[in-house]
Amino acid sequence: MAVTKADFAERLFDELGLNKREAKEMVELFFEEIKLALETGEQVKISGFGKFELRDKSSRPGRNPKTGEEIPISARRVVTFRTGQKLKTRVEAYAGTE
Amino acid sequence: MTKSELIEQLSKKQPHLALQDVELAVKCILEQMSQSLATNERIEVRGFGSFSLHHRKPRMGRNPKTGDAVSLTEKYVPHFKPGKELRDRVDETRHKYKITD
Repeated sequence: MAVTKADFAERLFDELGLNKREAKEMVELFFEEIKLALETGEQVKISGFGKFELRDKSSRPGRNPKTGEEIPISARRVVTFRTGQKLKTRVEAYAGTE
Repeated sequence: MTKSELIEQLSKKQPHLALQDVELAVKCILEQMSQSLATNERIEVRGFGSFSLHHRKPRMGRNPKTGDAVSLTEKYVPHFKPGKELRDRVDETRHKYKITD
């Protein structure tokens, strides 16, 4: 089962003693604030975790993988995530055992 | 935007909470995210995106300085896939805002 906003709120309730409403609001605002920054062109760097970067891509020819039909891919701005060193190291330690 | 700026912004929007509590909350969320990924648990946040691990096969690499061949073991790397809402919002405003740090 994937971890969701409800799980983050649950832990804020358990560990920090925020009430359920405050915990839920905090989690909502946390992700909304990052979205707001990115929406206004601001990249978000969270030390120890990673950086949400923005990239402007120019248009390029693409293809429908099913039909093979050519469709142009329009110019767009995309979000990419670069993992921070600390998180990278923690994840690399995961040996693939469940 | 940095982590401390994020904490400041969140604090402004929740004036009933002490700045220190907002700081602890942000650290708590980030720690839970890191912990989940470190144990290969997927994270799914509607409208924002999902985080999961991608497997990298073992391969032969090179030391870029010396050119020596080195064998690299298999590993896992975090992957983020932006959600539809985030993708749309970022793209819709691209003509209005330059990319900044």
